[in-house]
Amino acid sequence: MAAAISRSRETLVKISNLSFAYDNRPILSGINMEIPRGKVVAIMGSSGCGKTTTLRLIGGQLKPTAGKVEVGGKTVHLLGSDDLYELRRRMGMLFQFGALFTDMSVYDNVAFQIREHTDLPEELINDLVLMKLHAVGLRGAHCLMPTELSGGMARRVALARAVALDPMLIMYDEPFAGLDPISLSIIGDLIRKLNDALGASSIIVTHDVQESLKIVDYVYFVSAGKVVAEGTPDELKASNDSYVHQFIWGEADGPVPFHYPAPQSYADKLMGPRHGG
Amino acid sequence: MADNQKAKAAASQKKLRNSLASPRGPGGHGQRLAPERSLLAQALIHLGHTVTDRLWRLGFAAHFFVAVLLHSGTALRRFQLTIREIYFSGTLSIIIILVSGLFVGMVLGLQGYDTLERYGSSEALGVLVALSLVRELGPVVAALLFASRAGAAITAEIGLMKATEQISAMEMMAVNPIARVVAPRFWAGVISMPLLAALFSAMGIFGGYLVGVKLIGVDVGSFWSQMQATVDFREDVLNGVIKSFVFGILISWIAVFEGYDADPTAEGVSRATTRTVVTSSLSVLAADFILTAFMFRGL
Amino acid sequence: MNRATLDLWVGVFVAIGLGSLLFLALKVGNLSFAASGETYQLQAKFDNIGGLKARAAVKSAGVVVGRVAQIHLDPEAFVAVVTMNVDNRYKFPRDTFATINTSGLLGEQYIGFDVGGDTENLKDGDTVKKTQSAVVLEKLISQFMFDKAAGDTGDVKK
Repeated sequence: MAAAISRSRETLVKISNLSFAYDNRPILSGINMEIPRGKVVAIMGSSGCGKTTTLRLIGGQLKPTAGKVEVGGKTVHLLGSDDLYELRRRMGMLFQFGALFTDMSVYDNVAFQIREHTDLPEELINDLVLMKLHAVGLRGAHCLMPTELSGGMARRVALARAVALDPMLIMYDEPFAGLDPISLSIIGDLIRKLNDALGASSIIVTHDVQESLKIVDYVYFVSAGKVVAEGTPDELKASNDSYVHQFIWGEADGPVPFHYPAPQSYADKLMGPRHGG
Repeated sequence: MADNQKAKAAASQKKLRNSLASPRGPGGHGQRLAPERSLLAQALIHLGHTVTDRLWRLGFAAHFFVAVLLHSGTALRRFQLTIREIYFSGTLSIIIILVSGLFVGMVLGLQGYDTLERYGSSEALGVLVALSLVRELGPVVAALLFASRAGAAITAEIGLMKATEQISAMEMMAVNPIARVVAPRFWAGVISMPLLAALFSAMGIFGGYLVGVKLIGVDVGSFWSQMQATVDFREDVLNGVIKSFVFGILISWIAVFEGYDADPTAEGVSRATTRTVVTSSLSVLAADFILTAFMFRGL
Repeated sequence: MNRATLDLWVGVFVAIGLGSLLFLALKVGNLSFAASGETYQLQAKFDNIGGLKARAAVKSAGVVVGRVAQIHLDPEAFVAVVTMNVDNRYKFPRDTFATINTSGLLGEQYIGFDVGGDTENLKDGDTVKKTQSAVVLEKLISQFMFDKAAGDTGDVKK
């Protein structure tokens, strides 16, 4: 199934045998993923399993300890800083909670990339910015400062900012975290629509199962630094794999244990002195 | 039976304690699993770690300083960015500098008069106030105030930008954060510092004049004329400006480095801010001594 | 805070900063006499320079006309050789008297030029022939005491 997906389209991002350790603590151990053009792919897993690290490795902010990430055929960690910046101009990233520049207005935030990387005149920038803001439904809010926005609105502005230069790859770091139900469905909707409108590829790192399964084309499950399962949303919902099952149906106990390991089982500890007495 | 149970309980408890206990600890229990380290050895290891940590950090800071200088092109080409930072570092510090300068000058006037009067040299009050301010108090006190006000603010701002991933976002948008965020703030500090020191000295002299001439009654003519005769532009005023310039570089460097290197948490930012104020103040005082020794040794 | 207001306030800040600097330079310091390009050198020998230091003033009729550049000891004659930079505007006759004076009772020492009537002037590199050393307070006091003692003895003798 995975092979079918990747053969059907050209691959934009190819992750081969990627390993990463931080301070001798292994976070990723041999990850293999393929993100085809024009598709929305989700990377799911419990907290701290290395999902955000994967995004940073794709964006070149971290260097892998083994393996490689190829974007559009180029190996990211081997690029010189000029080439890396070239590549980043064609990527957009939505950070958790937005990461808007707090000292600028919404308008200036979206216009930031356009101003920094192009020489377009202000009238043209004005048209572009308002267009992007309109796409996320916040054209009327262009004068506001980031501190005046609600969480959902800030997320949407950050989304407009991320797609300001029509990138070919958009990455989302926990786009659904902490949002109210209305904003949740708006964001999910926007992610899908923008991806299709731009003909780009999107990678969503999330642990919100409901929202993401509605919009993505393919899912990778990561646990303990490895890909433990992958497939289309339908395949995964029907899967018998215990980890996938626990995750999708939100079960308290399973391959990811409920209890943090302790040196002695609680029963033994409570009953201890009287055992065999 | 009961004794047996108690003994067993004690034994198993001791075993558990030993297995969970860390290898380092006070005193000596015979049944440790890891080699025991004396307090002295621990202290030395800790000291060694701290020293190497500090040295590493200093090296990193020096590397950062060079990086800021190399990436200053944007800050100078798009001067609007730097102007904005000069407003926040310099212009908003004017009030505190003026008020402090005034009070320091007035106190100098009072204390100076009291001491000079005993030797019948009260017309030298102008000289005393002017030299103290222009050579030392102006640059140093203005630097300390600048470090606490603007330096801390710069550290907090950059630290918070790091904590809220704004720096990361900028990197991912292919904009070098050192060029765009750090360098303008650095140069704004370097430009503002000498101006603020001059303001402080000028205000202080005015304060000394207010107290000495207007309040106490020292002769206005001798106040200014002795001052003009004794204070030399190159030796005193220019050296004071050089000092404040050096202080500006030190404070701005420390402020931007601590901000950029802060832990991306609330606690990390607060600790970085404290470190900025403390390190800047100590560096300014140390540099003041070195510069004074070089500049005024001949006299 | 739009750009215009920002620029305005920064301009104000830089203006008053530079203004204070100017104030310090001109009103507080003495910026007028800093250039050494427009001076010529004179030398003078003294038996005792007292508390004279380098950069002390050279005055004539109370007006500052130059600065002491250097003071060193002549190793053969064991007198102090003082080198002075005198402003080009002022020329002094060859029989000028150079004395070391004190400004005020306990003030700084400076060199005073008392002019004579010679028609020829001192040129760059010349030595001022007539000098008077500094008044050393201890010698003055011992002189006074000696005179007093001699006077008393004289009285007693009578």
